[in-house]
Amino acid sequence: MSGTMNTDLGGDGYNFAFLDEQTKRMIRRTLLKALSIPGYQVPFGGREMPLASGWGTGGLQVTASVLGPNDRLKVIDQGADDTTNAVSIRRFFHTVANVAVTESTEQATIIQTRHRVPEAPLKEGQILVYQVPEPEPLRRLIPRESETRKMHAYAEYGTMQVTLYEDIARFGRIARTYDYPAIVNGRFLMSPSPIPKFDNPKIANNPAMQFWGAGREKRIYAVPPYTTAHSLDFDDHPFEVQSWKGCCALCGSTMSYLDEVITDDKGSRMFVCSDTDFCTTHQAKAAAQTKVVGEHS
Amino acid sequence: MYVAVKGGEQAILNTHKMISEARRGDPAIAELTLTQISEQLRLAVDRVMAEGSVYDRELAALALKQAQGDAMEAIFLLRAYRTTLPRIAMSEPVDTSRMTIRRRISATFKDVPGGQVLGPTYDYTHRLLDFELAAEGLERVRATSAAEPLEENVPRVVDLLHHEGVLQEDNDDGNDEVFDLTRQPMSFPAGRDQRLQSLARADEGFLLGLAYSTTRGYGFNHPFVGELRLGEVTVEIVPEELGFPIAIADVTVTECQMINSFQGTAEQPPQFTRGYGLTFGHNEGKAMSMSLVDRSLRARELGEDVRHPAQNEEFVLSHADNVEGNGLITHYKLPHYVDFQAELQLVRQLRAEYEAARAVQTKEAAE
Amino acid sequence: MTVRSDTSFRSAVSTDAPLKPGFADPVFDSQAVFRDLLVATAYPGRIVSLDRKLTAPRPFSSATAALCLSLMDFETPAWLDTGLDNNELTAWLRFHCSLPLTKTAANARFAIVSDPANLPPLQAFHQGDVEYPDRSTTLIIQVPSLADGPAMTWMGPGINGSIKVGIAGLPPQFWTDWDLNRELYPRGIDVFFTSGNDLIGLPRTIKVEA
Repeated sequence: MSGTMNTDLGGDGYNFAFLDEQTKRMIRRTLLKALSIPGYQVPFGGREMPLASGWGTGGLQVTASVLGPNDRLKVIDQGADDTTNAVSIRRFFHTVANVAVTESTEQATIIQTRHRVPEAPLKEGQILVYQVPEPEPLRRLIPRESETRKMHAYAEYGTMQVTLYEDIARFGRIARTYDYPAIVNGRFLMSPSPIPKFDNPKIANNPAMQFWGAGREKRIYAVPPYTTAHSLDFDDHPFEVQSWKGCCALCGSTMSYLDEVITDDKGSRMFVCSDTDFCTTHQAKAAAQTKVVGEHS
Repeated sequence: MYVAVKGGEQAILNTHKMISEARRGDPAIAELTLTQISEQLRLAVDRVMAEGSVYDRELAALALKQAQGDAMEAIFLLRAYRTTLPRIAMSEPVDTSRMTIRRRISATFKDVPGGQVLGPTYDYTHRLLDFELAAEGLERVRATSAAEPLEENVPRVVDLLHHEGVLQEDNDDGNDEVFDLTRQPMSFPAGRDQRLQSLARADEGFLLGLAYSTTRGYGFNHPFVGELRLGEVTVEIVPEELGFPIAIADVTVTECQMINSFQGTAEQPPQFTRGYGLTFGHNEGKAMSMSLVDRSLRARELGEDVRHPAQNEEFVLSHADNVEGNGLITHYKLPHYVDFQAELQLVRQLRAEYEAARAVQTKEAAE
Repeated sequence: MTVRSDTSFRSAVSTDAPLKPGFADPVFDSQAVFRDLLVATAYPGRIVSLDRKLTAPRPFSSATAALCLSLMDFETPAWLDTGLDNNELTAWLRFHCSLPLTKTAANARFAIVSDPANLPPLQAFHQGDVEYPDRSTTLIIQVPSLADGPAMTWMGPGINGSIKVGIAGLPPQFWTDWDLNRELYPRGIDVFFTSGNDLIGLPRTIKVEA
């Protein structure tokens, strides 16, 4: 990436936030239409970015189009601010937009994420941008775009219901653990991107603005604030999220999504928060209250 | 903890330094210049320009140098650079019948007006490693030129067939607004303009495999090379303030017009149909593959059954771009441990239930 | 590497009256106004005061002009209720936005109504396609006030429960048309009401009751 940015043949530098103004306007119009039709995938003229497609180019274009000099940007991957691609994307914006960056969910005005929704509740005015590899929730069932587009046009989502019910017949439960489809505002079936289903409830009725950017597939969609997002389920098999027996080994949280860390070659492992900012904040609070952190599992 | 997947900024910056070191190799060896690359690795430069969609030999050479010769990485570099270029004008349609020909062959006639011109081709070299090339400072071999230069306007073979009416006409008069793949998302069904743009910058290897499949029963192509030509064409634009075309560049292109027989339908008389291929630079395999795949993707338009991968436009056009494909495939290198944890939980649970059910079965069988 | 703002230069156009200016800093002003539009669309019914103020060509208010500069360009054919005879206005839109103007409301990506008395039925605009509902017209209606009109109750995505909104100056059939617009969902047009330097968003999802 930095190699591309250092290319000097162009003479002068790049435009603020890399994209040219016409591209930003096109994406901004797309973002407004996306808010107006919650959950509907708006096609947009995605550009080729100096980051591999599949690595967050959709999120990158959304962020580049909303970002301004007064923003504070947070970038996470797997919930962590220090994962390689998060570091790389944060560096990109620091270079091309000279924007302030933060690891604090609370202080960020824009959060670009891959695979997680932050644990800390978001506030009005905050913008959450998800990176999306495959925006079409029906794609694994129906590979053809011309067919899935019709299914969305007429809200024909029976195929998805049948697929989930086949899971129940076979495994006794819906065997989907991430990228769990939801109906937005009672109308459009939406892929929440590959976040664990643990995070699905956070999408619904969130005070913040949420956008999904799929660069390779050239689609943008949104869930406005205070909008319903119902994770598909059945009366006799209601939607449920992951839970863990223990708590985070570092901060003691029992309400966060935990990553399993293998600590040796004898099968020992521990569980820690995937959301690094949440974990650090929680540890600091716990330390301040000088309470003893709970036992490890 | 997490040394394997969590890397700080320092580690990332260090990867850049390491790749720079690897790129340079042994510093005692003279460094490649861009001119050396663009002059002596011409076909590699041509491929990068074609799939990178930028006609600039120097930039393509730079991309190749930066990418250590990895064509796909170089194509990606050029595409990303392309995004930042302002669009100054739309060119007029290029007229390949006015090409300055360097090579031109037709398989459909023994001789054609303008003649068969073999030009620079590997076709009849025996693929024997030339050990003399391993030595430097070799004396330059010079080809002998014909006494007479080629005619200025060499007619295209397919145009000759048009006059007879046995080859289907292309109805496009060039006046409609042209789809722009770099500004608009792909949509299906795709027009031929969208398809040809997509194929022109598609991965050469992917197109070759698809084209090959159409000749082995996974399609109905019975191709004849109507004409394959290589040479320079003039690109013109019409500036608003002038109102007449001016030449802005001469570019090298390879064009292939593939002729396929077609039985005809109730609406259409029996006739030959065409597949079209055009690429920047000298790239015959790509131009031929493109023309075969273009023809096979006309299945729907010509009322043929769409049964094979090379006839399925969504399949072909959605997967032809190597910048996109390479991006998605390599993204699996990124951490996925959050989703993996979710799957791990589920598999452990299902596994426990499976073992429990088997234990019950075994017990029942024993009783 | 240097970060610059892309101030695109254009050759001067000779008109009788000097053209009103556009954004002082096209890159950052467009971004700031867009963020206000984003908030207005995400939180319908709330009055959003724009961050930038413009000397607009008649009869546009500052907010209407800022919205045009921020969102419109050669890719978005626009329809004007003033027709195409207002030279100062059309020259301004062509110069600053490179905006193509259309006489056919149904072809417009944007429609700008500077006097709500001229508002055609909403169904005259592009409703979007069944498979591409995003292609509908976005309508900008400039009204005398965003607060002094009859208080209506708005509900829907972006609104926590409900909100009272008093748009003034709308023709009586507007809200009947709006109900019809909602019946088309997911097709339908989206609206911005502007007044002075303020605006309110009304996306197609919002249900409005007296």
